This record gives sequence, C-alpha cells and structure tokens, in this order.
Amino acid sequence: MSKKTYSIPIGPVHPSLKEPMTFNFEIYGEHIERVNLAPGDNHRGIEFMGRQRNPVQIIYLAERICGICSASHPFAFCRAVENAAGIEVPERAQYIRVIIAELERIHSHILWAGVAAHELGFDSVLYLSWRAREEVLDLLEYLTGNRINYGIFMIGGVRRDITEEQIPRIRKTLEYYKDIFAKLEDVFLSDPTIALRTKKVGILTKEDALRLCAVGPTARASGITKDIRQDQPYAAYADLEVKAITPDVLTGEINGDVYDRIVVRILEIAQSIQIIEQCLDNLPSGEIVAEKKLVKLLNQLKKAKGEGIGRHEAPRGEVIHYVKLAEAEVPEVWKARAPTYNNLMSWMPMLIGQQIADIPIVIASIDPCIACMDRVTILNKDNGQKSILTKDDLHKLSVQKTRGITR
Amino acid sequence: MEYMKPDEIVELFKERLDKNAVMDSRIETKTAGIKKNAYNVIWLQLNPQNLKEGVRLLYAIQFPHFAIISGNDLGKEIELIYHFSLYYGVRFKEISINLSTRLSKDNLKIPTITDLIPGAQTAEREIKEMFGVTIEGLPDLPNIFLPQDFPQGIFPLRKDEKGVKMKVERKDEVIEVE
Repeated sequence: MSKKTYSIPIGPVHPSLKEPMTFNFEIYGEHIERVNLAPGDNHRGIEFMGRQRNPVQIIYLAERICGICSASHPFAFCRAVENAAGIEVPERAQYIRVIIAELERIHSHILWAGVAAHELGFDSVLYLSWRAREEVLDLLEYLTGNRINYGIFMIGGVRRDITEEQIPRIRKTLEYYKDIFAKLEDVFLSDPTIALRTKKVGILTKEDALRLCAVGPTARASGITKDIRQDQPYAAYADLEVKAITPDVLTGEINGDVYDRIVVRILEIAQSIQIIEQCLDNLPSGEIVAEKKLVKLLNQLKKAKGEGIGRHEAPRGEVIHYVKLAEAEVPEVWKARAPTYNNLMSWMPMLIGQQIADIPIVIASIDPCIACMDRVTILNKDNGQKSILTKDDLHKLSVQKTRGITR
Repeated sequence: MEYMKPDEIVELFKERLDKNAVMDSRIETKTAGIKKNAYNVIWLQLNPQNLKEGVRLLYAIQFPHFAIISGNDLGKEIELIYHFSLYYGVRFKEISINLSTRLSKDNLKIPTITDLIPGAQTAEREIKEMFGVTIEGLPDLPNIFLPQDFPQGIFPLRKDEKGVKMKVERKDEVIEVE
C-alpha cells in the first residue's frame, strides 16, 4: 500500500506573536511527517521605521516590538547605544533595570504556564495562574506607571527611581509569589496528566539545540547551560550569582521534552524572586541616569560615532540589538533580533513524529507568545477536497486527548 | 577546557588566514555592576573570500553560538556583520565575536554557512531578501519575511535605487516622495 500523506497548513495569523506563522504539516494518519515554516505575514519593518527616528524615540519603538518583552528590547537597545556611544550607566540604574527585567520574567513565565495549561485543557489552571500574574502587573504599574510598555528605560539609565517607600510593596509581592510558588510547582510538576501529555513529547536533543542555535529556556531544557546573565553578566547580574537552570536540578535527568521546558520556566520564577531580593538588599545609592537633560543627551548621541551590540536574556532567550551611530541624528543601522527568531528552526525536530493533537502544546512549548491558531485547512490530496479546522477544533482535539488520558 | 584570551583569538585569525584576510580588528572591554567585572567583545573585519574560513576557525575552537547577521548599505558596498559568541555556558567566560565583511555591489555574493551552522538559515534568507545578496549554496526557498508576491529586484533595506520608495496614497493616485 502506498503511503498517503495529507498536508495541513496552520496559520498564518497568530495575533499575539511578533511574527505570525504559517505551519505546513505533512500528515500521515495522525503523525506529522514533515513541517514547513513560513513566517513573516506580519513583518512590520520596525528596523526600517527606526531610520526616521532618533535613538531616544527608538526606545519606545523597541518597547513595542513585543507586548510581553517590553523591558527586554529597550534593555538590549539601550545597551547597544551605550556601547556604541561610550556611555557609562550609573550603578543604581543597573540595579533598577535588573529588577524590572526580572519582574517581567515572572509575569511572562506565569503567562506562559497559563497558556500551556489552556492548551492541555486545564482552564481552571489558566485562571489560577493568570490571577497570580495580576499581582506582578500591579506592582509594575506601581513602579513604572504601566502594566506593560513600562517606558522606564532611557539611554544611560532609567527614567524613574525606586524609592525607599516603594520597597516594602515590592517585598510584599515577592512574599505572595513565594507562597503561590509551591502551588504552581505542585500543579505543573506533580500532576500525572500534565506529565503524561508532556513527557517524551516534542523532544529537542542537545545536539539539535546547538546546531539550530536555540536560545533561552528552550536551549536550557535540552541541557545547554546557556544564559547571558551567567555567561556574560551585564548590569547588576555581574554582582549576583546567577546560574543557568537545567531540568536535571529537579528531576535528575535531561530529556529536552515539553515537560523539561515547564520545569525550567517554573524554576526560573523562583530564581527571579531571589535575584530581585538580592538587588533590593544591595541597591546602591546615586544617580539613576547618566545624562538628565534630554537635549544634551540627544546632542551627545548626534556627535557619537561607533557601533555596539546589546544583549539581554529575555524570558524567552537571548535578545540582541546592533546599533551603528554615524554622527547623525538617526542611527545608521539598527538591527533587532528576538529569541523566537532563533528558536524557529527548533520546532522542526520537535514536531516531526508527533500527533496532530500535540501540535498546540509543542508549538506553545518554546513560548512564542503562543499559538493563537487562526485556522487549519486539511487538504485531501486524492480528491482535492478541503476541510477547514478552526483554532477551536484543534484546541478541542488537544482537550479530548487529555480527557482520554484522565478517563 | 582551555579558554583563549581575546587577543589570542585575534592572533589566531591573523595567523591562520591569508595575509590580507583580516582587514581590521578591535577588542573592546566593558565592565558592569559595582564590582566592575569585565567582558570582551571582538570586532573583526574580514575579506569576503575569507569569511567562511573565519567561521570555520571559530568552529574549530568551539561550536559557536550564532546570533544574527546585520546588514548595512554603505553606498558602493554592503556590509554584513555576523554576530557570534564563544565559550557560552560558563560564568564570565563568554566572548562576543562580530565578523564583518564588505561586499561590492557589483559582486554581491557570499558563501552560505548553513553547512556548518544549520541554524543560520533564517538569517541568511533574511539578508537575501532585504539586501539582495546572493547566498551561494543556500537552497532556493520562498520568501521568509517578505510577501510571496513582493516585486522582484526590490530590496527594502537597501538605501539606493533598489530600496523601497516612500509613497503617499491619495484617493485615486499614488505619489512617490523623495
């Protein structure tokens, strides 16, 4: 009997993703034989837009590259400009930057945990974790003025200080997360159904992760101890003991599957709490920005000549920005790269051999701000008949699989 | 594992590659935090013919982490910068290495590095689409970031006549703005 495969395109619209994607799956029975990726449906030409803006204006553009990583891109961009123009950031600002970046990591990882639970069919867990996420968003609003798009980064420092009166509120929120952490850990790591759905699913071997240049929790779950906060510490991370988390800390083994990616992210929430506490304990006094006067700063940047890279370990992995200043109002080049860009290719080995019902959780496992799968077309090659699966149908399939296990 | 110092890596490049391969080199040392711990960034400008050899050289030291390729239109030339890092995974050891090369617009060709680092495919395809650089040895795949029906011969990030023009759309007409 000849082997008939069917092709399933998924996408292209993923509203919550920087780069909405189309996935073309070749399916044999229930199993995925081949995957083709086609991103770029929502390429906004942000780097091109940057050509008409001065570096300070670009900070706010960079902030809007991603709705979740709204501290990561400005962090990397500011570092790139500071490196290019030779600006030294005051120590206090370095600590405040790290506090904001780590608060962002907490809310991003909890958001991801909720979405992953939703994809598996545990909607009460989604509500539980997103309720928990509200606390850190409220804290960010208290510190910066906004729940997202904080607008706190400035070239040479930060725009708002963390005052003595604000510190007890931060500590209170951290205590809340310490309380809830045990609950989260129990729900995600001890639940037999989650383990059944995620263990040995979507495996990315260490070798593949290296070859395909994976970054962030995706790489760490495959056993690569790569974390810029550890390898090339910047800002306050240089003073703190940050260690890249691999899943063997908890489970004693590294499989590189979806479960391991959950382990890494859950443990990183605890790590972030520790980092923020250390920052608060050692917060140095002094200025929060290298140059207070904006006009003076812009003039300085206008006269600057040089190039620089800025890297930051975002919740999803390495963000890297490259900036070249050439004695002009606008930078000559601005290149931004988000972590999902590098994790894109690692989807292929993860998805091949999996079932259709596992697509949502495997795609979600690298945390691409998650698959809001718009629609799925199943094309029957024999008679050219098209049937369309909506996002809801796909989700239903995933939920059914979980129910099948629990029953 | 033995870690080479940044100046040793630059020396290695000068020694192993052809005489004129390394056109410019620069080592930056940056500090961070209260303790002022330092890290290094290496910038190397290579001859286009020697770029792949340069990547191979990194490959021999350790499988490098590849980040991205930045492109820049310099007028008569296009500059490509390959951002790598070495010695990741160990505290304070990681060194960023940026290999840049300048291609003349008459001969916009560069060999692919995907045979060494498969993860570089997305970045190479982006450079091909945005700057019109032919990547030799890269399979002819459809557009990755630009729409499939994007006009041929227009490369959005070029700053010359092949780049995109600013357009103003009115009710019935489209006006090109300089």
